[in-house]
Amino acid sequence: MVEFLIGVFIFFMIIAAIIALETSDLLSAIISVGAIGVAASICFLLVGAPDIAITQMVVEVLSLVILIRATIRHDLTAINGDREFFGLTITIALLFAFFLFGFKAFASLAEFGVPAMSRFFDAPSNTYINSGFKETGASNIVTSIILDYRGFDTLGEVTVLFTAIWGALAIMRVYSRKKRKNRDKHE
Amino acid sequence: MNKSKQQGMSIIVQTVARWTKGYIFLFGVYLTFYGHLTPGGGFSGGVVIAVTFVLLTLAFGKERALSKLGKVLASVLDCSGALLFLLIAALGILFGGAFFANFIEKRFPSANFRLFSAGNLPLCNISIAIKVGASLFMIFIILAVRRVVEINGKRKLISTEFFETPEKGKSR
Repeated sequence: MVEFLIGVFIFFMIIAAIIALETSDLLSAIISVGAIGVAASICFLLVGAPDIAITQMVVEVLSLVILIRATIRHDLTAINGDREFFGLTITIALLFAFFLFGFKAFASLAEFGVPAMSRFFDAPSNTYINSGFKETGASNIVTSIILDYRGFDTLGEVTVLFTAIWGALAIMRVYSRKKRKNRDKHE
Repeated sequence: MNKSKQQGMSIIVQTVARWTKGYIFLFGVYLTFYGHLTPGGGFSGGVVIAVTFVLLTLAFGKERALSKLGKVLASVLDCSGALLFLLIAALGILFGGAFFANFIEKRFPSANFRLFSAGNLPLCNISIAIKVGASLFMIFIILAVRRVVEINGKRKLISTEFFETPEKGKSR
């Protein structure tokens, strides 16, 4: 049942992605992107990952608001230009090859719902599940992984966010520092 | 009230925002503080806190939100959250022997399923929430409220008072 529902949601997401690419109206494209995010959040919830579902939903809302406020007022709504025949053919051929490869790869995986790594005795996922609560004392295993076992990942994530935001702040300012100094001198 | 002076959206949106903003903020704080017990955590809690200020900005206009969380306070919170997270990780070297060592849990083993448990994981969650909340609100301000437009080779700032506008005060 879960498998079938996820298949339906993936089909919905693919249709929304095609609409987001093909529509000529920017607002419709942004709303289609939001629909993809909501469907992905529901998929996470169905698989049993409420942490990721909450984060996905909330970040989707925030990014949708930012996208609408940042893009709608600019007069960029007209997107024109035709597709080339050669590029389209190559894209379809590559998509078909990727589909065949994915079909073969999925056939070799374990059954749905069974983690791929769990067939090995000393796999990391088994260690986390068996001794995570004992070693960290956190009943939410996801938090014990991202903040304790995999703390470096979280540190890197924080660093990326920090650098990106201060880079955006530096790019979007009005006057450079040199100019501001010169202006102050003249006064 | 003069229509041109009215900031933000219609009165329906403003009333609903006035009623719900506290609960949304509280939900973000709950996600942060109980991140080690229930689904949630520092990142999603911080995003919910940022969404509260985004709601304030959209409903009441930018002055109302920026009087609560201005540029200086947001950047200080952003930097202090990141530094606090790094500090907690570095204290692990001093007390636990390794970077990111959970030294509080090792020194004082706590009762399970309590708010004050799991050592320094809640502290990490709180610092990440502060950092993510402040920085995402800043990115909203930069990208959506503030606009820098290039006109005839000159960069101009449009429709905001978030950063100081140089033309008004200093040039005279």
